[in-house]
Amino acid sequence: MLRYLYADQLENMPTLRDTMFRDRADQFRERLGWDVSVDARGFERDEYDDMNPLYVIWQRADGTHGGSMRFLPTIGACMVNDHFLDLTQGVRIESPLIWECTRFCLARGVPPSVAAALMLAGGEILENFGIRHFVGVFDARMVRIYRRIGSSPTVLGSSGHGRDAISVGLWEFSSAAQARVAEQAGISPELSRMWFEQAFGNTDVPLALTA
Amino acid sequence: MILEDLERATGVEDLQRLIEALRDHFAVDHMVYHWVNSDGEQYGCGTYSDGWVERYITKDYLKIDPVVSGCYQRFHPVDWKRLDWSSRASRQFQTDAIRHGVGNQGFSIPIRGPNGQFAMFTVSHNAADDAWADFAETNRRDLILIAYYFNQKALEFEPGRTPEPTTALSPREVEAMTFLAIGYSRAQVAQTLAISEHTLRVYIESARFKLGAQNTTHAVARAISRGLIVV
Repeated sequence: MLRYLYADQLENMPTLRDTMFRDRADQFRERLGWDVSVDARGFERDEYDDMNPLYVIWQRADGTHGGSMRFLPTIGACMVNDHFLDLTQGVRIESPLIWECTRFCLARGVPPSVAAALMLAGGEILENFGIRHFVGVFDARMVRIYRRIGSSPTVLGSSGHGRDAISVGLWEFSSAAQARVAEQAGISPELSRMWFEQAFGNTDVPLALTA
Repeated sequence: MILEDLERATGVEDLQRLIEALRDHFAVDHMVYHWVNSDGEQYGCGTYSDGWVERYITKDYLKIDPVVSGCYQRFHPVDWKRLDWSSRASRQFQTDAIRHGVGNQGFSIPIRGPNGQFAMFTVSHNAADDAWADFAETNRRDLILIAYYFNQKALEFEPGRTPEPTTALSPREVEAMTFLAIGYSRAQVAQTLAISEHTLRVYIESARFKLGAQNTTHAVARAISRGLIVV
């Protein structure tokens, strides 16, 4: 299922938290060879994980992490503006209507439907919170996966070559893309909405029950 | 233009006047801005009755208000309906709030400022669910931007604060704004700069925020009046 959890909420789910940070170490250090720091517990964490980001996580039936991504507002410290200005033509992308999406991670061996499920969740955030764009950092391997699941970003810039390339890209909401990723994920729009409502509350419930 | 007045505000008294004007502009019952810095110092302004503000403090409602707990440490905008009102204490609080004219609907925007500053910008109103859903859908983006503009201004008035360097537009944003100012369409600007229209939309969105503007036309006007672009 899809989980939407701020870092402080993830603390209450140790299995999910630990497997996510270990899968991140496996993906970013072992498989991609990025220069990331991995602590004694085997967790790949950086300073942005300490800023109470919002994680979207695909949780597997056994409670472990299957894939995830991390959101932060572009106002204030964030990866894109702190580290990737060379890929955005020098533009500091800053707006409360643009969030950054980083550390897109898939656990080893998960099917592409997990990536699609994560993108589906991204669409829920865009649509329900009035966010206009995501600006994301991703590795070369993801370009093909995003295309396959029908949610290709607009690439702003890339550095490095071949499988070492890192790109910054943009997403915005489109109903057509949302329908495509739902199909690729094998998740109905209703179920996706229910998971979102589970995390953030349902607006269909009358508020003033006691008034 | 309320945003022009906000830009010119020179003290906290102006913020009170401006939040009243904004409340009238959006034709809602109340609008409230409240911030807490990392030392726990608080400042607020808004249109709630003095009676309700006093009661909120006396009853220490800060501790049970689901809006505060639902916004603290978060950065997504919150419709009050999405909050957890299930506890007896929060239901009683809500009844009391409605009795004091707060309204049965609300939309709050948590704001993460520099150095652990936390603020909330809230709109509340008395309305049926459908009408409120329409209002929120139509206005949420404007309200989110205004919340941040308001916060930036409030931060300028914080005693002992070293002003943040104002964010300059990058050369790329200056180019985009310049072509828009001389009347190019978005498609033409994108073509001229050899970027996609999607990329251009993001640059404009970002420039608009840095300029404290409501829309693209306003952003262009501000860029000109500040001498950032020459046409």
